[in-house]
Amino acid sequence: MQDEIYTIEETMPINPVESYLRMDRMPHIWCSGCGIGTTVNCFGRALETSGLDLDKVSIVSGIGCTGRVAGYLNLDSFHTTHGRPIPFATGLKLANPELKVVVYSGDGDLLAIGGNHFIHAARRNLDMTIICVNNFIYGMTGGQVAPTTPISATATTAPHGNFEQPFNLPYLAESCGAVYVARWTAYHVRHLTKAMKEALGKKGFSFIEVLAPCPTLYSRRNKLGDGLDQMMFYKENSEIKHGVDTKTVSLDFQGKIIVGKFVDRERPEYLELMNKHYQKKFGDKYTPYKG
Amino acid sequence: MKADPKGVLTGSHFLDGDHACSEGAIAAGCRFVAGYPITPSTEVVERIAERFPLVGGVFIQMEDEIASSIAIQGAVWGGKKAMTVTSGPGFSLMMEHIGLAAMTETPCVFINVQRAGPSTGLPTQPAQGDMMQARWGSHGDYGIIALCPNSPQESFDLTIKAFNLSEQYRVPVLLMLDECVGHMTERVVIPNADEIEAYPRRFYNGPKEDYLPFKPDADLVPPIIKAGDGYRIHVTGLTHNEKGYPVMSPAAQAKLIPRLVNKIRLNADKIIEYREDQVEGADVVVVSYGITSRVAIPAIEQARKEGIKVGHLRLIVVWPFPEKKIKELAGKIKSFVVPEINLGQMVLEVERNAYGKVPVKLVPHAGGTVHNPKDIYNAIISSLKGE
Ligand SMILES: Cc1ncc(C[n+]2csc(CCOP(=O)(O)OP(=O)(O)O)c2C)c(N)n1
Ligand code: SF4
Ligand SMILES: [Mg+2]
Repeated sequence: MQDEIYTIEETMPINPVESYLRMDRMPHIWCSGCGIGTTVNCFGRALETSGLDLDKVSIVSGIGCTGRVAGYLNLDSFHTTHGRPIPFATGLKLANPELKVVVYSGDGDLLAIGGNHFIHAARRNLDMTIICVNNFIYGMTGGQVAPTTPISATATTAPHGNFEQPFNLPYLAESCGAVYVARWTAYHVRHLTKAMKEALGKKGFSFIEVLAPCPTLYSRRNKLGDGLDQMMFYKENSEIKHGVDTKTVSLDFQGKIIVGKFVDRERPEYLELMNKHYQKKFGDKYTPYKG
Repeated sequence: MKADPKGVLTGSHFLDGDHACSEGAIAAGCRFVAGYPITPSTEVVERIAERFPLVGGVFIQMEDEIASSIAIQGAVWGGKKAMTVTSGPGFSLMMEHIGLAAMTETPCVFINVQRAGPSTGLPTQPAQGDMMQARWGSHGDYGIIALCPNSPQESFDLTIKAFNLSEQYRVPVLLMLDECVGHMTERVVIPNADEIEAYPRRFYNGPKEDYLPFKPDADLVPPIIKAGDGYRIHVTGLTHNEKGYPVMSPAAQAKLIPRLVNKIRLNADKIIEYREDQVEGADVVVVSYGITSRVAIPAIEQARKEGIKVGHLRLIVVWPFPEKKIKELAGKIKSFVVPEINLGQMVLEVERNAYGKVPVKLVPHAGGTVHNPKDIYNAIISSLKGE
């Protein structure tokens, strides 16, 4: 699989993902050294290799620095409200099952204010791909503590250091029912691209957590240097452990980072269950729902 | 365009206002409903859940009203007609997304079967306390349309009208029932599908490369498309230009927001609907809406028996408010009487438009039941004495 990706990179023009971006919206708003753009590059490459009809791919974001991703991708794109891209995506997908629906948003958006929607969409196994850029902080609003902020890291609203226990996102996603769960960092561009491609090809609720530097509000404040220093840190401290028990992948402040594909399983997807159920119940009277 | 006959239960039925609303939605072509149970609105979604599988619709009970009120918007961009259903506490949770629908010009319908608040209030008992919230509940400036049925039949009719107006103006439309109308059972006549108007979505049909998703037609409403049609649209709650791209400037704000307000304001004459009963030549005009319009009738009849010239102006479209009508009457009559099951909401609009020319008498009610008609009668009498 990796070889395939190498080959594609070599044959790419200078900016290989330009055609996946709304170039008329450049320059983007992200700070230099921010990891979000790197993940978008990977996503563009994943789209390229996915074989999907891009007219049928919709991207939905919430609000935040990551929430701006929808606005830069040359797809049908929806920039919704803070925390609510998943329920918006739910309506979109159920209205037109032919669409491939991707939710791309921040850790605060998806797991703090949007946490309830996340767990229920995973439980229902709605057919959508969730890409969560975890920068351990609320970027857009200026560096407040998030449900992912590691213990002892500081944030503007945890100026004396955070003492709340953070989420272990892969464990959460798996226990709620996600069929695909992976974690990578902005350093692991090839693995991340491959994971995105796999998630896009998966039927059901797929989840990718991407650790990404926020130099402006997280790393500098925590004396971890800038974006490059964070990338070096990811490189040196990540350990790939495919299939490992997600219970064991929680993150400590500047501790070891377990990355990999943790879950890849089959569970019947929402609409499939709905159609099967009603067919059984109503027989010929029921026309299978296709949108 | 005529209604899709699928699911239209043509005939005469005995239905409560909630169930009539569900049937109205189906007849209007609604095929996506997201909701969260709450008294006294739950019967609407229960009937939808029962009926939808065989009419090709999707009902989903979401995890809360915040989710419901945005799931319907996703469904609209996916190409469906969609609504959500709630009451007081849920309505409060939906406010941010009424603003989102207004800002992104997403046609959708919100049903609110009003109960007495604030907070959990009287969950099973009526009120009309969300009328101002319906108009102003989300932050910032925007326009919406709100309708108030006073019977199960009207609950059916106005649900269809709500969908039609939402499509025509690309706005969220709010159907403001109250617990009485929601739970009262009466005869509801459902016409043949070919007698039901269903306003089609205003899909763009020009050349693809010229499409600007937020460039309005002459009536200030832009044509729409749906996801998956190859337009690669961008839809955002941020202030945006005609292309739909965010523009963070006072100039962009000054171009977009007045249009969102004006597409309702400037089309108000076409949208507004009310019923007049002996308003011409009246000395007192009772302005009412919803269940209160029925409770007012015995009071009005009693006063008329005594020779008092009482007119009855019943609002069907409550927002936009019939400002012109009130202004015109204020120059002719001696007083207005406004009974409502709240402590003074729509009365403020009547006062504003009467502009001090004639007294406006509120007949307040804190909620939990309807007015005693005697209180409305007394207000008619005392308003004429200038009290
Ligand atoms: C209802 C609501 N509450 C709060 C906000 C303010 N807000 C905007 S983005 C954000 C947090 C963003 O953090 P995250 O989702 O982690 O995204 P990041 O900026 O870090 O990519 C907050 C609190 C909002 N827009 N809406
Ligand atoms: S504030 Fe942080 S997350 Fe936001 S753009 Fe800057 S570096 Fe990226
Ligand atoms: Mg964040």
